[in-house]
Amino acid sequence: MMAVVTPRNTLVAVLLLLLALLPVYCSVTGNYFLMSLFTRILILGMAAVSLNLIMGFGGMVSFGHAVYLGIGGYAVGILAKEGINSGFVQWPVALLASGLFALGVGALCLRTRGVYFIMITLAFAQMIYYVASGLDRYGGDDGLTIYKRSQFFEPINLSNKTFFYYLCFVLLLACVYLVWRLVHSRFGMVIQGARSNERRMRAIGFPVYRYKLTCFVISGVMCGLAGVLLANHTDFINPSIMFWTRSGDLIVMAVLGGMGTVFGPVIGAIALLVLEEALPVLIGGASQLLTGHEVQGAREYWQLILGPMLLLIVLFARGGIDGMLARPPREVKGHG
Amino acid sequence: MADALLTIEGLTKRFGGVIASDNVGLDVRKGELHAIIGPNGAGKTTLIGQLCGEIVPNAGRIHFDGRDITALPVHDRSLLGLARSFQITSLFPHFTALDNVALAVQAHAGHSFRFWRPARTESELREPARVALDRVGLTHRANTMLSSMSHGEHRQLELAIALASKPSMLLLDEPMAGLGPDESARMVKTLRELKRELTILLIEHDMEAVFALADRITVLVYGRVIASGSPADIRANAEVRQAYLGEQEIAHG
Repeated sequence: MMAVVTPRNTLVAVLLLLLALLPVYCSVTGNYFLMSLFTRILILGMAAVSLNLIMGFGGMVSFGHAVYLGIGGYAVGILAKEGINSGFVQWPVALLASGLFALGVGALCLRTRGVYFIMITLAFAQMIYYVASGLDRYGGDDGLTIYKRSQFFEPINLSNKTFFYYLCFVLLLACVYLVWRLVHSRFGMVIQGARSNERRMRAIGFPVYRYKLTCFVISGVMCGLAGVLLANHTDFINPSIMFWTRSGDLIVMAVLGGMGTVFGPVIGAIALLVLEEALPVLIGGASQLLTGHEVQGAREYWQLILGPMLLLIVLFARGGIDGMLARPPREVKGHG
Repeated sequence: MADALLTIEGLTKRFGGVIASDNVGLDVRKGELHAIIGPNGAGKTTLIGQLCGEIVPNAGRIHFDGRDITALPVHDRSLLGLARSFQITSLFPHFTALDNVALAVQAHAGHSFRFWRPARTESELREPARVALDRVGLTHRANTMLSSMSHGEHRQLELAIALASKPSMLLLDEPMAGLGPDESARMVKTLRELKRELTILLIEHDMEAVFALADRITVLVYGRVIASGSPADIRANAEVRQAYLGEQEIAHG
């Protein structure tokens, strides 16, 4: 095996340690905003990990992946509204709905390539977005409040913020591990081979379509789980959870952190969401330094900083943050 | 013909007004190396495309090993034992040489809905892949990423991938394309060893190699078969000399 202590592994270990200890820090300092922020990061990180499975490893750029957040979230919200609060019902229904939707969409759009694939996944996602906006009984555009989080047996209590954080943390780790096993298995070799050269895959005897479709469904179910968690986290669900800009965010997370690496999207989610919080504060502070008082509205321009940062990463660090830390690929063994 | 492994009858393919395959008929006998030659644009690659299933013919039938495979999708033909190499190198650049070949082994080792065990540790896949690499002389490059291998090595790897699926017949589309003299000689040597155990349909521009290797040769011009026979017959055929060798002279002049 290769060396265990590399810059990348060190970063991952440090991040995991910090994530594991965060609730301790929050309960000592009483900073529950931070814990809420990071619960959200864990959940969206899970969505990014699921997207990365099809996009980074399978070469299928889904521009509508947030739709599974919506399907998972609405499954919880609608069932809760109808008085079914049991997680044993809500969660399987949500995952099943996500999987079936992925199966239908995948069966159609996996017959297309490139831009067409991107546009069709986007179109289906927007379609569900408008369907949700039209659900008057469930709040339409305004969304609906979830008064009770998913109920499990004692002592599992999702309303306990620390417990919920750790639940998201463990589920995220499980998803990362699952993806890691998947991409190195025979199945994963087929998926990666199809990204690399689909025509040759068929020529050597693989019915590529059914493998890609399976991968698409696995990814959809995983993102549906993130949707379930997100609805439980915000106690609220509305259509904007699956607006196309959210799908874009997920792509940015995967690209920023490092596509085609298992843990990269989690790093990307942390980086993007922390920057979203930190940049406005930084800009406000900078304007104060320069002019002596905080310029009104300066904070709103934080995306002016984020945009070029993303651009630089895409241009100069193809592998994202993860790629900057990983050693460049080279021969494992030399000649002879 | 009783001992034909591959039989093509009346194969026709039109692209708009261009007839790329014009009522092509030929058979490849078990164990022979059958070469197809013809000037550029004669429809050789289109013919291979139809044999492996990427191009659907307008008319005609293809029989392989006693089965009508005309309507079979690409991957099913591969699973029946019909392997192909590509004129323009077509590999998996994200993988090492051994990964490339192991993938071909995996394609023929049952379904790949196996989600858990790391495929790179399965000796069931890696060992046959090593054997195939060995056949083409690339053992020492097994763990090399494709990006740091030469064009000649890519051509050899192309062949190793085709071999790894344990085919009964190889469709080779210009395996010598772009090779230097030494590499070509090496490839001829490899093909000469392979023809002892495999049926091979070879498309090649390198006439020296074709006449050194082929048991029979079919000449294709503008999508039509104008001659088919032993290398001696083809060399003596007046129509071939006019259509094919004439073109060569123009190309050289």
